[in-house]
Amino acid sequence: MFITVAGNKKEYKDGLTVAELIEAEKIDNPLYVTVSVNEEFVENGTFESTTLKDGDTVEFLYFMGGGC
Amino acid sequence: MITISKDNYGKILAHAEKNLPEEACGLIAGRIDGENKHIEKVYLLTNIDHSNEHFSLDPKEQLAAIKDMRQNGLTPLGNWHSHPESPSRPSDEDKRLAYDSKASYLILSLQDRVKPVLNSFHIEGVDATNEGLVIE
Repeated sequence: MFITVAGNKKEYKDGLTVAELIEAEKIDNPLYVTVSVNEEFVENGTFESTTLKDGDTVEFLYFMGGGC
Repeated sequence: MITISKDNYGKILAHAEKNLPEEACGLIAGRIDGENKHIEKVYLLTNIDHSNEHFSLDPKEQLAAIKDMRQNGLTPLGNWHSHPESPSRPSDEDKRLAYDSKASYLILSLQDRVKPVLNSFHIEGVDATNEGLVIE
């Protein structure tokens, strides 16, 4: 299947989960990454059970925050 | 070195002053030329913490900004936030929450309202390096 990851179309095996995609894409500090699939945010804790399908668009966003 | 235009600096400053006493925040995008970064667009986002001591970017606005950067051929360069009452340097919390070591972290101090100070930092773990921001 083909999915678009951070703007780039890529081929992955069918049934790929969000957790597997994070590993395949070598995302740094994955605990602090928010994932959106087709502009819907994936709930933390469901990355292993969320399966991607052909044509999906995935974005990885780092949590950005701080103090003073 | 990292550069920002006076116009974009003015946008950050105006947004930060408008949001006082809360911290203000946003994203920066542009292009990378060797070891130099050039900020070509600044994004003014919502601090969903609505606090004068903390900030978190709104993820929905962050996603929209990333899409805009891509559509305009811009590279995500990092983020910016204001320190309403403290200097322009990363706090311990800023360092702890700097998860992207490739990003530039701009901090605008409004401690002295007459003389705001904007600096850019590279943060890796507990180490913060001033990147030498030039307003041109």
